[in-house]
Amino acid sequence: MAKLSLPKPPSGDELKASVQDNVIWRSIFRPGSIYRKGYRDTSRDRALASMNNVLYHLHPVKVKRHGLKLTYTYCLGGMSFFLFVLLTITGIFLMFFYTPAAGAGTELAYLNMRELSASVTFGNLVRNMHRWGAHLMVFTVFLHMARVFYHGAYKAPREFNWVVGVILLLLTLLLSFTGYLLPWDQLALWAVTVGTNMMGYTPVFGDQVQFVLLGGLEIGPATLLRWYVLHVLFIPFVTVVFLAVHFWRIRKDGGISGPL
Amino acid sequence: MSEEVQIDQEVYDRLIAEGKSERIARAKAKAAGVRKAKEASGEKLGPRSAEELAAKAAPAAAAAGGDTGEGGGVATMAPPAAKAGNGNGGGRLSPEERAARVAASLGKGGEAASIGVPAASAHTHRMLALVPPAGIQQVKTEQEDKVYTWPHLLLVEFVALLAMGSFVLLVSFFLDAPLGSLANANEVPAINKAPWYFMGLQELLRYFHPMVAGVTLPGVAIVLLMAAPYVDKNPSAQPENRKTANLAFTFFMVFWGVLVIIGSFIRGAGYEWVWPWVNGLGFVL
Repeated sequence: MAKLSLPKPPSGDELKASVQDNVIWRSIFRPGSIYRKGYRDTSRDRALASMNNVLYHLHPVKVKRHGLKLTYTYCLGGMSFFLFVLLTITGIFLMFFYTPAAGAGTELAYLNMRELSASVTFGNLVRNMHRWGAHLMVFTVFLHMARVFYHGAYKAPREFNWVVGVILLLLTLLLSFTGYLLPWDQLALWAVTVGTNMMGYTPVFGDQVQFVLLGGLEIGPATLLRWYVLHVLFIPFVTVVFLAVHFWRIRKDGGISGPL
Repeated sequence: MSEEVQIDQEVYDRLIAEGKSERIARAKAKAAGVRKAKEASGEKLGPRSAEELAAKAAPAAAAAGGDTGEGGGVATMAPPAAKAGNGNGGGRLSPEERAARVAASLGKGGEAASIGVPAASAHTHRMLALVPPAGIQQVKTEQEDKVYTWPHLLLVEFVALLAMGSFVLLVSFFLDAPLGSLANANEVPAINKAPWYFMGLQELLRYFHPMVAGVTLPGVAIVLLMAAPYVDKNPSAQPENRKTANLAFTFFMVFWGVLVIIGSFIRGAGYEWVWPWVNGLGFVL
């Protein structure tokens, strides 16, 4: 019997060519992409790496050198955005195990929290990350605002972006506060009671404001459902819109401020 | 200059008598001399008409082999009718046409202003418009000290992302988020506090009417914060040039921070003032 000869395995270059030299690869990566032509560390390829990247929405090809200094920005804006993304991801995970129900005797919201901590793989860890990440985000957004103020970075032409930033701060607080109610424990209920009682003192239509926010005269199952939808859908949506404007304006207003 | 121009002595003397400087008087007298000389030789003075200029330019252009098609500094296409019909030397506008165009672009004659395209034009869109660079984006003429986003900025961002991610992961691994007993609207807990970022408001509530502490003061603070760039007209970003602004903001932040710390750590059961080392920490994150 003749010896069976195995076909020679393709070399690395051949393999690379067969993966990259086809219509699908070429449709994904545009001409000039470093994934089509290979990357050499030249000025041209550094520019192309930025230009053929979805991050081109956020960053121009070149940035001011002083902006790289960690002690200028302390990465606070970027960290706030990263925490927002982290909270979105962990939040989606939590949504799989959570029911916003709090009717008398069927407080699924609270029971789900107990189950999540006790019997869901990584459930407790992800809930912890969501909680601590949320507190941290409020903190980094505050610090980001302070950093921008002390650098005078809100001055012309960046006045409007500062206003957008203040709106984003308020949205962050609202995101955090609406999430505070969701575990439906004593801590949540009474912390939110303190907050919503204050809103009831809004001049002229205080009662109406409170009624709309609570979905009733006092905090109950309707409030939980309402705040759940606000927390996981409505406020994140509005926040993303303002984030888009915020990031776009950074580039339009000439990139990072300074140097001092 | 081939020949010496004779200055007009009469004009010179008059201007000197009027108190004009010697230099200006001499220049004007010289111009008057030239004018006089031209008049004497029968030359026409003043700006030339478009026809005359075109007639003068046509032989020169033909000699150079160029076409006299789209002439001059007019940025728009001439209306087809005008282009085909008048034939006054390669698309140049007569003074009347030019005046009409300027008037149209300025919105005179009851028509809407349109830069570039005459209102009566057959074109429905403008071919070219003047847009000041500042209207598009901030343009700096001098080169700035810049580096490539990749790899410099993206590497920094990636490391920061990893650091923050690991920090959150580590904290979450060792510290459990609080979860109290089931919510019960009939049982007010002894320690009843808002989330920490609202503790400043809750502390204010201790001293002021809820309308002031819960609505008016935070509302004013937000409006002031948003108005800051419009109130602070000082163009300098140097800390030494903006002591007032920095002082005001520091005061605002410290004031707020102190309220949050008092509310969070030094308030216990019944929201009474207690020291955390005496009664324990009445604070849950």
